[in-house]
Amino acid sequence: MTAFLQFTIDVLSLGGAYALMALGLVIVYGILRLVNFAHGELIMVAGYAMYLASGSGLPWLVMAAFAVGMAILTGIATDYVAFRPVRAKSVTAVLITSFAFSTLVQNAALLFISPRPRNVPLPEVFSQTVEFAGVITPARNLITIAAALVLLALFSFVMRRSVIGIAMRAAATNFTMARMCGVPANLIISTAFAISGLLAGVVAMLWIGRIGAVVPGIGLEPLLIAFIATVIGGMRSLQGAVLGGFLLAFIDTTLNFTLPQDLLKFRDAFTFSLVILILLWRPEGLVKGPASGQRT
Amino acid sequence: MLSVSSLQVGYGAIRAVHDVSLHLAEGELVTLLGANGAGKSSTLMCIAGAIRATAGVIQLDGEDVTSASPEAMLRKGVATVPETRDVFPDLTVMENLQLGAYIRRRDGEGVEQDRQRLFEMFPVLAERRDQPGGTLSGGEQQMLVIARALMARPRLLLLDEPSLGLAPTIVERIFEMIEGLKRSGLTILLVEQNASMALDIADRAYVLRLGGIAAEGTAAEIAAATDLKALYLSG
Repeated sequence: MTAFLQFTIDVLSLGGAYALMALGLVIVYGILRLVNFAHGELIMVAGYAMYLASGSGLPWLVMAAFAVGMAILTGIATDYVAFRPVRAKSVTAVLITSFAFSTLVQNAALLFISPRPRNVPLPEVFSQTVEFAGVITPARNLITIAAALVLLALFSFVMRRSVIGIAMRAAATNFTMARMCGVPANLIISTAFAISGLLAGVVAMLWIGRIGAVVPGIGLEPLLIAFIATVIGGMRSLQGAVLGGFLLAFIDTTLNFTLPQDLLKFRDAFTFSLVILILLWRPEGLVKGPASGQRT
Repeated sequence: MLSVSSLQVGYGAIRAVHDVSLHLAEGELVTLLGANGAGKSSTLMCIAGAIRATAGVIQLDGEDVTSASPEAMLRKGVATVPETRDVFPDLTVMENLQLGAYIRRRDGEGVEQDRQRLFEMFPVLAERRDQPGGTLSGGEQQMLVIARALMARPRLLLLDEPSLGLAPTIVERIFEMIEGLKRSGLTILLVEQNASMALDIADRAYVLRLGGIAAEGTAAEIAAATDLKALYLSG
């Protein structure tokens, strides 16, 4: 029972972080039909914003809000710098500019800050552990679960109840038709990038909380996780992204619990083999996205 | 109200429309006829702002709108119902209509009144208000896209092949409704392949052939023209 509870907490906290990463990637993909390979850099920017704010003496929550704000701004800037100028051209051009923007931001961090890890301030509670029902778990895990639940609920509420949310869902199935209903293209795209930045910023706070430091390449792993989770769950579906995130966390955690010690370092090989099996069974991912949808 | 002169539309090397000029006066119902591939839809989507003209001028009330975006055209009062019958399949009927009223989202009361009026006009939509658009039948989807376009309170309605793929009885109802909209003062540009039905309700007509205007006149003139069939068959 205790082991089961431990397992559940691990899956939910890891899955919550994975789901937020995947959702940030898929919200942009849904509108632009394009994987934003600079998504990981949003996490990096939030991390460095935290590092730069660390000397300010402000309360942690204020610094975190600043860092999340920077991730949102960078998300919107990604659109203006890398996407908008070439959006009307070819998909390939946009793909390349997203890689270029990612490399540029990473190198800026290398050049202007440092290739070495930089410490990031963490709130007291992140290093505490909680014990209940015989399970000892870092408080950070419970915070991750709570943050993921709150954000997912908020996100789903906005997508269902607000006009902009309805417009975003419409634009994800048929962008041109949404525009012919009077929804401005740039508003939808900027909103998608802003939401993506918000989710990445929050993920950054939780993700960096595990290691307490930020390096220029910190965004790569979350990007990879988000990408795999969306591929499993279905690139076109928001629910799919969340499902994929939790499923990937389930696979990772199960392997952590069951693999013998000397095989544990090959965990990712096992994970990816399972991912391949899932894709052989459901090549389009678990959740089919909405029908049709041409990019414009 | 609307005037199009020497319009050209091309997709890469293919030129779908090479020289189309037409005009619509306030309150008119004008139909654009022609065979498949004559350039009717391209002309319409170009007026809607969804595709770019390679040459030519589109004017709305004297203002040059040739390179206006689709969202700008809607704000100027031009609503489009595309041939592909693009309901948003995952959005409910209510949400589809709400999106149609996007530019009027601050006018909650007016939007509600219009929705009630449209629900009286299309009772089936009221019945299915919480169903996703994608689960509606073809005829219901056509009603939904027309209702959605009307939610924007347009001055000019662009209708692309509303009869496409629908059963004759439903087509008749849709055409009665289009006639009703015309009587209420709406200006309509109707693209149709079903020439006889379109000519029944239209004031004037243009016949397109191979991307150019092959004939134009009042609906009666065009209907009486003996070479109409020939125009269709040749292209």
